[in-house]
Amino acid sequence: MKWLSWAVIALVVLWAAMPSLFTGYDPLAGVPAEKLQGPSAAHLFGTDAVGRDLFARVVHGSVHSLSGALVAVAVGLVLGTLLGLIAGSVRGVVDEIVMRIMDVLLSVPGLLLALTVIILLGPGTVHVAIAVGVGSVASFARLARAEVVRVRRTDYVEAAFGSGGTFAGVLRRHVLPNSLGPVIALSALQFGVAILAISTLGFLGYGAEPPTPEWGLLIAEGRNYLATSWWLTTLPGAVVVAVVLAAGRISKEIR
Amino acid sequence: MSLLDVRDLTVAYGRQVAVKGVSFTVERGEVVAVVGESGSGKTTTANAITGLHPASSGEILLNGVDIAGWSQRRLRSIRGHRIGLVPQDPSNSLNPVMKIGRQIGEILKIHNYGDRAGIRRRVIELLTRVGLDDPERRAGQYPHELSGGMRQRVLIAIAIALRPGLIIADEPTSALDVTVQRRILDLIDDLRNEYGTAVLLVTHDLGVAAARADRLVVMKDGLIEESGGVREVLAAPASPYTRRLFQDAPALTARPFKPFDAAAEPAIVVRDLVKEFGSFRAVDGVSFEVRRGTTHALVGESGSGKTTTARIVTRFTKATSGEVVIGGDPVGPRDFRRRVQLVYQNPYGSLDPRQTVAAIVEEPLRNFRLGDRTARRARVRELLERVALSETLLGRRPAELSGGQRQRVAIARALAVEPEVVVLDEAVSALDVTVQAQILTLLEELQRDLGLTYLFISHDLAVVRQISHTVSVMSKGRIVESGTTRQIFDSPQEDYTRELLAAVAEPVR
Repeated sequence: MKWLSWAVIALVVLWAAMPSLFTGYDPLAGVPAEKLQGPSAAHLFGTDAVGRDLFARVVHGSVHSLSGALVAVAVGLVLGTLLGLIAGSVRGVVDEIVMRIMDVLLSVPGLLLALTVIILLGPGTVHVAIAVGVGSVASFARLARAEVVRVRRTDYVEAAFGSGGTFAGVLRRHVLPNSLGPVIALSALQFGVAILAISTLGFLGYGAEPPTPEWGLLIAEGRNYLATSWWLTTLPGAVVVAVVLAAGRISKEIR
Repeated sequence: MSLLDVRDLTVAYGRQVAVKGVSFTVERGEVVAVVGESGSGKTTTANAITGLHPASSGEILLNGVDIAGWSQRRLRSIRGHRIGLVPQDPSNSLNPVMKIGRQIGEILKIHNYGDRAGIRRRVIELLTRVGLDDPERRAGQYPHELSGGMRQRVLIAIAIALRPGLIIADEPTSALDVTVQRRILDLIDDLRNEYGTAVLLVTHDLGVAAARADRLVVMKDGLIEESGGVREVLAAPASPYTRRLFQDAPALTARPFKPFDAAAEPAIVVRDLVKEFGSFRAVDGVSFEVRRGTTHALVGESGSGKTTTARIVTRFTKATSGEVVIGGDPVGPRDFRRRVQLVYQNPYGSLDPRQTVAAIVEEPLRNFRLGDRTARRARVRELLERVALSETLLGRRPAELSGGQRQRVAIARALAVEPEVVVLDEAVSALDVTVQAQILTLLEELQRDLGLTYLFISHDLAVVRQISHTVSVMSKGRIVESGTTRQIFDSPQEDYTRELLAAVAEPVR
């Protein structure tokens, strides 16, 4: 079943890269006569209240969710690893200060933290992504620091200093590459988490503006028709669940 | 009928056949040593006899009964009762959250030895028998409160608790200091004389095997290379492999002492070195000198301060007080790294697993910006040739190399910047005897050709005797005795030195 998780991610990436290959419908223009139709051969995921093809909206929406998640992971990975690397290699007071700040970040619920950042930055897809990324900095920093502390103690790092290596040189050449494995695994996991978080914020109305077909927004729009048109919430929801599960599975594999 | 009769034993791990048709016997009251290098199948053979790893084919006759095909359930009835096991690592083999007395009592309880009072009496009796002081108190202690030697005594107590006819001891003393090692082996000898227990001693240490066993079984690549009485095999080994093995073992072959020339100028001068960790003095006023082009050995047991001294000399640890002078003049931190290099004990840990051999050896050259790319490449090839490694290894990573090859790479890296002093911290201790002999020869060649000065840290007196010109014996952070290797080995002045030497095999004493 290993290939399944990779296949799911690959499919979604293809959706984002070449949406027209997968659907011929326009995600924004609807045909009012065909509104609220259930899933069929013509409309795979059915249609919404203004007659837009839901599958087309999911396919075209993937680019928003994926790029958002990518930005979020990048923010967390770069900032977190950098802070962890500094804390774990310098140690002492710097370590204490950085890690206590991370502890404070960890103690605030993720959604609340993201909302706080969005309120500071203002809504918008990029801002949402940054907000989600900031929320994951602490976990990246903690993991990276633990790995750096472990690698710092090994003989080969000491031997590198013994060969005349400078502090920065040894960090770059030995400590960082040997610490990154688990961090990469975490970023795969965070990718799934970020998609979920971005969808959540989209659902709450902080992300993309309608009529942008963002996944969270799609589910939010379908909410009003929950009793009559189940596919509007269930099918985009299922796509989100599949992607998040696949990312988690891949993370486990890397680790 | 022999006590143990192993016939044509084959053991496999999946498709990998580790033991390929091995036959030998152990008579009552006899010590049989199974020797061989790592990967020779000696431990696998021992595990197959106790049923810890199932035999693929062959017979294991214990008192004439074949136990090779027995179920684990049936085997449990003879484990501890008929066959006692003394494991290798005393620090991992006791349950850390269980008191000593209960751990010994457990085996008695399993085999229905008697009521609680009876078991308790027997536990105290056993602790007394294996030579632990104050057995009543020891029974109530946890493993972490005991030293390594004491823990090994506890494990022996467990092994002899039910007076089995056979004890299998797998490297019983490899993790212990030499003087402790000797006392443990003496204890095993005493028990054998007293109870008539046979011992199957699995060991890589030919010195121990030669001194303690009645018969030798030499294994190589899962096959028995040679077996017979210890005296006969030692005096006239029949197979070329055994002959090589004995020649390479520093403990079995005494080489002439190295001539020491006191006229050379000192390359390392250490004066009144003190290192305190909190209130504990790890190094307590250590002074010595090493002449240029010679090897000085620091020997001692674990905790004697020898490694701390080496780390201060290589400036990886700061001394609390005292000074180290290299080559007669003070040197700056960066220049220092070009003149003094350290080779570590464990070649598995001292090489970055993600780098290739070429990158590892080139690294010091890059750090000091020695030559351009092509010049560095050429120098790397030259260094590999110097340590007798093939060029085809350039693109390999450490995981694809053997232990000996890795240590050669580590030596090549140390030599890259043409240092004056190389500090070798137990640099050959983790290697098999034949590999060890090759590395020692390499070190001697390099010293002769490049005029290197070595500071050689070791617990192994036999190796020290072979490689060093002068020796300092360390104990509890102090140097108890120092002199030329000949003086230390031929006319030791201090009791502690004598005790250390007594623990070494006959030929090199």
